[in-house]
Amino acid sequence: MPKETAPVDLKWPEEGLSVVPDWIYTSEEIYRREVERIFHGRTWNFVALEAEIPNPGDYKRSFVGPTPVVVSRDEDGAVHVFENRCAHRGAEFCRAQRGNAKEFICPYHQWSYDLKGNLQGIPFKRGVKKEGGMPADFRNEDHGLRKLAVTSHRGVVFASFAADMEPLADYLGPEIMADFEATFDGRKLRILGYYRNELPGNWKLYHENLKDPYHATLLHSYLVSFGLLVAGNKSLMLADKTGRHGTMASAKPDDVTASVDETSKKEMRAFREDMTLADPSFLDYVREFNSPWSVTMQTIWPNLIVQRELNTLGIRHIVPNGPHSMIMIWVMFGYEGDSEEMIRHRLKQGNLMGPSGFLGLEDNEAIKFVQEGIRRSPTDKGVVKLGGDTEGTCTTLISESAIRAMYRHYREVMSL
Amino acid sequence: MMAGFEHRAVEAAAVRELRAEIEEFHYEYCAVLDAAEVERWPEFFTEDAVYRITARENADAGLPVGLVYAEGRAMLRDRAFAIARTQMFAPRYMLHLVSNVRVLAATQAGIRAVSNYILLQTLVDGPTTIHQAGRYYDRFRRVEGRLLLAERQCVYDTIIIANDLVYPV
Repeated sequence: MPKETAPVDLKWPEEGLSVVPDWIYTSEEIYRREVERIFHGRTWNFVALEAEIPNPGDYKRSFVGPTPVVVSRDEDGAVHVFENRCAHRGAEFCRAQRGNAKEFICPYHQWSYDLKGNLQGIPFKRGVKKEGGMPADFRNEDHGLRKLAVTSHRGVVFASFAADMEPLADYLGPEIMADFEATFDGRKLRILGYYRNELPGNWKLYHENLKDPYHATLLHSYLVSFGLLVAGNKSLMLADKTGRHGTMASAKPDDVTASVDETSKKEMRAFREDMTLADPSFLDYVREFNSPWSVTMQTIWPNLIVQRELNTLGIRHIVPNGPHSMIMIWVMFGYEGDSEEMIRHRLKQGNLMGPSGFLGLEDNEAIKFVQEGIRRSPTDKGVVKLGGDTEGTCTTLISESAIRAMYRHYREVMSL
Repeated sequence: MMAGFEHRAVEAAAVRELRAEIEEFHYEYCAVLDAAEVERWPEFFTEDAVYRITARENADAGLPVGLVYAEGRAMLRDRAFAIARTQMFAPRYMLHLVSNVRVLAATQAGIRAVSNYILLQTLVDGPTTIHQAGRYYDRFRRVEGRLLLAERQCVYDTIIIANDLVYPV
């Protein structure tokens, strides 16, 4: 019976981490538990780049898991995150993607909130002609918007429904933080624009994709043929000690043309001898980062991808949308102080990524194929045995050890 | 309003003539893409052409990013080659409808026009869907008597893309 209609006992298969049961991608019950324990639990969730809201009164409509929130900068420059849900009747009051405001007013009954999310005013609070209105003991202080914990590091803003989260540095761990700070190196960001797409696959498949260096050497002809990521290149799949975060890193050789040995060529169907570029400047790498890696793709649990692919930079904000779908919001950026030429180089190189990118569209297609395959078949698990039973960081690309480490963590949090 | 695409006065008879010529151009351009002959697509551009596909939210905010961003026909050729021969994606049919052609300016520097487009996509196991609704902001140059695109900005309203956009628009 296809899994959409089959009952599931939610018992992880006896083989342990060498297999992944399909129901973690298809079950409504699992999705409900993920939102509660992961996105609304003890995690730091990406919500904004500070460069999106540089001035007092600037705000952005955002999400923590599937939950709409507003990210707002107050008169003193502090950043606040609160539910995009009026405390009165629940209307999602903020409808614009971004803007500048002195206060937020719910259009339904015009309750107004300040830039910190505090309830300021209620029309007819004392009624009319001594009739109606709020009870005498109604206190505005008790009816503000629900506020989230906020932390910001190097211009990247995170929020949490948990009030007592550990500091971000502890949450990420030193190794993940080091790669994070190679991209967010203290230079102010310049926002270059947005992509938004709906990916018809479970949100965890995106984390897996970027903890799976094996696919990168096989699926992506661009990476393979131009030596950007080839089995045998200097590379690393890093996992933090909890297994939830990761950095997929590789170093591009100085030679633009791939130096792929004959044995590897035979293994990689995507390798194309005849693939040459009419405009090879597209793949130039300007060495601007204090990092041995020319490419790092960071998965920051549970909802952030940091892309540093040569000189094209961006974040991907994952918004889970039920078991079978995620919305992805991409914010592409450079740095203040970039020359016009450098901006154009970043934009040109942006053709690698995004919903029309030479790598991006192939990942989106592959993830869709996986969701459709698992959703409609009676076969009920996938295999993750590359690299044996290792878990966590690995130096070979031909391993799934970072995926296993992620599911070790996931099973603990989810009690599976 | 896209910068550089302000409406200037153009003589009525010239507008009619140019509109007919631009419509003819659109139909040939779309016929090539609808036939999935993507490697012929760069032929519609000048050697120094700029091509961008971007969301209206970016265009309105003056943000330069493109889903596709190309400077020069060489980059268009590279994309066409990749889509036609190396990229992995599910098979699909694309169908373009173009209308509301407005000639905005006609000067020595070139002809500027804006047109509406609807892009329909059909995958093998689903209904035909509206993949994009948008506008072409075009700057044409006449080369050896024939109109070629020196600039095409495809600005789409369809803010959330259904998975991906494989073929050029």
